[in-house]
Amino acid sequence: MVLVIVLILLVIGSVLFHFMSPWYLTPIASNWGMIDDTLTITFIVCGFVFVVVNLFMAYSIYKYRYRKDRRADYEPENQKLEWWLTAFTTVGVIAMLAPGLIVWGKYVDVPEDAMLVEAIGQQWRWTYRYPGADGVFGTVDTRNVSASNPFGLNPDDTNGQDDLLAGGAEVHLPIGGPVKVTLRSKDVLHDFYVPQIRSKMDLVPGMITYFWFTPTKIGEYDVLCAELCGSGHYNMRSRMVIEEEADFQAWLQTQPTFAQLLAGVGGTSGGTPIEQGEQLAKDQGCLACHSLDGGAGVGPTWKGLVGKNETLIDGSSVLVDEAYLRESIVNPNAKVVKGYAPIMPPAQLTDDQLDALMAYLKSASG
Amino acid sequence: MSIFSTLSTKPWVAERGYVSDSHGFGLPTARVFLSVFLGVVTAIFGLLTAAYFIRMTYADWQPLPVPALLWLNTAILILSSVALQWARTSARHQQADRVRRGLLAGGALAFAFLVGQFLVWQQLGSLGYFVDTNPSNSFFYLITGLHGLHLLGGLVAWLRASLRLWRGAETDKIRMSVELCAVYWHFLLLVWLVMFGLLLVT
Amino acid sequence: MALTDVTHDAQDFAPPAEVEEAEVYHPKTWLGKYVFSQDAKIIALQYSITAMAVGLLALVLSVLMRVQLAWPGAVSFITPDAYIQFVTMHGMIMVVYLLTALFLGGFGNYLIPLMLGARDMVFPYVNMISYWIYLVAVLILLASFFVPGGPTGSGWTLYPPQAILPGTPGSDWGITLMCISLGFFVIGFTMGGLNYVVTVLQARTRGMTLMRMPLTIWAIFTATVLALLAFPALLVSAIMMSLDNLLGTSYFMPAIISLGQQLDHSGGSPILFQHLFWFFGHPEVYIVALPAFGVISELISVHARKNIFGYRLMVWAIVVIGGLSFIVWAHHMYVSGMNPYFGFFFATTTLIIAVPTAIKVYNWVLTLWQGNIRLNVPMLFAIGFVFTFINGGLTGIFLGNVIIDVPLSDTYFVVAHFHMVMAVSPILAVFGAVYHWYPKITGRMLNEGMGKFHFWMTFVGLYCIYYPMHYLGILGVPRRYFANAGANGLPDWFPESAQMVNVGITIAAIIVASVQLVFLYNLYYSATRGKPAGGNPWGATTLEWQTADTPPTHGNFGKELPSVYRWAYDYSVPGAEEDFIPQNVPAGKGTGHAS
Repeated sequence: MVLVIVLILLVIGSVLFHFMSPWYLTPIASNWGMIDDTLTITFIVCGFVFVVVNLFMAYSIYKYRYRKDRRADYEPENQKLEWWLTAFTTVGVIAMLAPGLIVWGKYVDVPEDAMLVEAIGQQWRWTYRYPGADGVFGTVDTRNVSASNPFGLNPDDTNGQDDLLAGGAEVHLPIGGPVKVTLRSKDVLHDFYVPQIRSKMDLVPGMITYFWFTPTKIGEYDVLCAELCGSGHYNMRSRMVIEEEADFQAWLQTQPTFAQLLAGVGGTSGGTPIEQGEQLAKDQGCLACHSLDGGAGVGPTWKGLVGKNETLIDGSSVLVDEAYLRESIVNPNAKVVKGYAPIMPPAQLTDDQLDALMAYLKSASG
Repeated sequence: MSIFSTLSTKPWVAERGYVSDSHGFGLPTARVFLSVFLGVVTAIFGLLTAAYFIRMTYADWQPLPVPALLWLNTAILILSSVALQWARTSARHQQADRVRRGLLAGGALAFAFLVGQFLVWQQLGSLGYFVDTNPSNSFFYLITGLHGLHLLGGLVAWLRASLRLWRGAETDKIRMSVELCAVYWHFLLLVWLVMFGLLLVT
Repeated sequence: MALTDVTHDAQDFAPPAEVEEAEVYHPKTWLGKYVFSQDAKIIALQYSITAMAVGLLALVLSVLMRVQLAWPGAVSFITPDAYIQFVTMHGMIMVVYLLTALFLGGFGNYLIPLMLGARDMVFPYVNMISYWIYLVAVLILLASFFVPGGPTGSGWTLYPPQAILPGTPGSDWGITLMCISLGFFVIGFTMGGLNYVVTVLQARTRGMTLMRMPLTIWAIFTATVLALLAFPALLVSAIMMSLDNLLGTSYFMPAIISLGQQLDHSGGSPILFQHLFWFFGHPEVYIVALPAFGVISELISVHARKNIFGYRLMVWAIVVIGGLSFIVWAHHMYVSGMNPYFGFFFATTTLIIAVPTAIKVYNWVLTLWQGNIRLNVPMLFAIGFVFTFINGGLTGIFLGNVIIDVPLSDTYFVVAHFHMVMAVSPILAVFGAVYHWYPKITGRMLNEGMGKFHFWMTFVGLYCIYYPMHYLGILGVPRRYFANAGANGLPDWFPESAQMVNVGITIAAIIVASVQLVFLYNLYYSATRGKPAGGNPWGATTLEWQTADTPPTHGNFGKELPSVYRWAYDYSVPGAEEDFIPQNVPAGKGTGHAS
């Protein structure tokens, strides 16, 4: 009888947990309320089946518990009952599938007037591109990627000259209009994931994928990676900022175009060297691997880094001074600290940027 | 009895008390074994073909030139199959001498085919078509390699049957071996023709 | 290679079931009897023990992962790299090297010949080789822990490009060893699997028609067919990825700039790999689930003393599920970037599978209805299975319905779902089966007290682990994360309370994991000190309980093979003396009649 009670308690407990748990969908910030509705329908249908079948099972176990003087019934099958159950199940399945497919139909159908933005993934940082005044992206090729052309744009494509290239820290979007997010990756699979907008899609090297949504709530949202992409996967972060059109336009103005980048102008924001360095550390994705609080990471923490004596992979030891740090940023796999894998991409920075980053690193080291 | 009527019998009434004389379906077990195994091999080459077709649609695909030697190899493989078929029919008629000759010819020709395939690889290599030069090359090497491995496995079985025959085993005793070898050869010939056709068409 | 042995046995025109007891080869040496044995029962035990040993390792890995999730950074050797290596090895071992090997190599070997009334598998020698190749596969897999860089950390899905690029641990040695090990596994399994299929087709005893076979055999048979057709996809994709890795081909590799370096690959498609992988990966789910279905049907019928309800529909459901499992694979790829219009097709086929699956659940429950239910340990596990399977099956409807999968994919909802449906459920079925058949294997009953303790702690514990986990997933917590808090702290939607859930889950996991020691001790203890069981302690109808000796000797049935006169589920037949009639009892006095 314990079993019957436990089964009933588990059913009741599960239902109560569902209604009382504080852990549920994050407040939605996009037009995909329909996804939540489909989820609710599915919860109702499945919850009903879960409760009824399990309670019926518990009742059967109670009613037909072993008694010496009784024999079980002999009933090889009952076609009528089986047909009814099949029909009933089919109806339930259709009730869940039909709305799901209708919403999926909307999901794959991108509105014509959707604004374009491109998210580019690489181990383990994000960067973003806007099509600029002409509203058309220039063509890209991973083969074009170099220090002076980190986005891999085709330099001969006129459509690309006015493309706006944003650093990795933030992607800004205006509220209210549909956005088509095109996605590409320079190295491995990634997945652009913001729980509040519900929609997401993998980034696949060698092809361009996409999804769309309409931002409906002003605010800042964490961007995460949802497809295992290697050591720093869990920390591949960025921020998505949803704001009024005017604010968005103002922010957009501060982003350099591809033409500017080729000409070597623009790119650095104002502020003290330390502030600039902090911005760079975010844009370049340094913090995906290097923690600031001494916590374990894919690479050594920056806390207390300067002045430390570290043992290298080859057994020799090195004093972490400015010279070593500068070398390790530009040519990171020359002298790797023991216990870490040689997987840091060489940073491609101008001298000014390197100075700013060093300033920030020293202040973060404390 | 068709599979559907089998599956719709009600075992608690229709067959109550019934007992048959036979075990299972009463077919030669080795033949059933081979059929199932051929199903598995079909899955391997079927999936490769599917992957081939998908990969072919991408931009960087460049067709591989077909070396003339492949035509000769194909002819050799066909002859090999024919020889084994001859051995198979002869085994049914208990003509030990012909079985011996057929088996030997079949095996030798299959071996010649493998050597021929290896020469094709060398030829392509000397022309600069390495396994990583283009996906069409990669697939060619992969498919011919896997096909060759399967044929090599067949040759091991062929060797065992032949040895037994030479040691003086009765034709009757190795009839099944010869038959299975022949079936396996025909199957690998079919696989090869499909794969070769794939190469020619694309 | 397989063909070699075909010809080896080729002179046997007669099906091997006709083999006389006197002709069964009995090895004289200890080594031949217990190590290089060709007896399916010994091979079954070898498979089971190896699988459980490597499964224990995977269990330890999962506890280490849970510790990191509950108390991030508390154990210094769990680095971000080590964590994803644990994730990968845990998944791969559990799915392939434990469950597949245990259900097919273990239960398949033990039960197929016995339940069908055969002396042994049709090709005992191939069967033996199959195990040794499996062992080699396991050893190669374990070796990857000791090579430079350690085992691969690419997730059990082994997706390229990351699997073979330096940003993922084990991208040099680990992934290569994994592919080699899988290759061995597939070859070894194919040799065993051919045996199981041909034995079912050919070696059934007199009167054992297809529709008189126990559902366990139907399920293992279908699962084996699926495995034979699905594993080639894994083999092919592993070979192609290894070529990409070692010879620089571009099957799956597009142009890539990896950690600042341009690679030589170009034009390949990572999605092609995913299609091949899941063409194997989805049937794999049913390779594990179907044998569990079969075993549970057996257990429920025997211990409820009632025929399985709707036997024919159960058989049809197994076959239909098996067939459909080959056209649903891309439901694992809804957000992979494949053509989004595929979503319509695969969502529909996936939800169609819900119908035969639901029918199986109804029929189990309806078998209990009007039964005479003995709540012994195997039955407890069987009911535990049905309960968790209902839960796991229903959450599958969420993920199969393409649009709902979009927010839930790659979150802990997925982790909770697949553990519920293909980890918790099958392992409960395994435990139930072990408690059920242990008396036949050893001649002694497993200790009931320890068994009940094991059941309660495991069943309730596992539910406490995985039920709350769904809600972490709905909240949005991504899977395969070393830590939720990165350098910038927790995501802003991640409440502190959710971390408490993680702690709770970890505590439950540690308890459940340690309780398994009781089970292992019970296996050891009862082998010599358990209550003697006799030949048929449960009063079951199927042939394995009707052997002359318990444990059955090599050759299974003594001098003469049994003949089968009835289906496998004649329980509580009206008018019969006993509440069960074994399959080998002819119609006559005392057997009543049912219709």
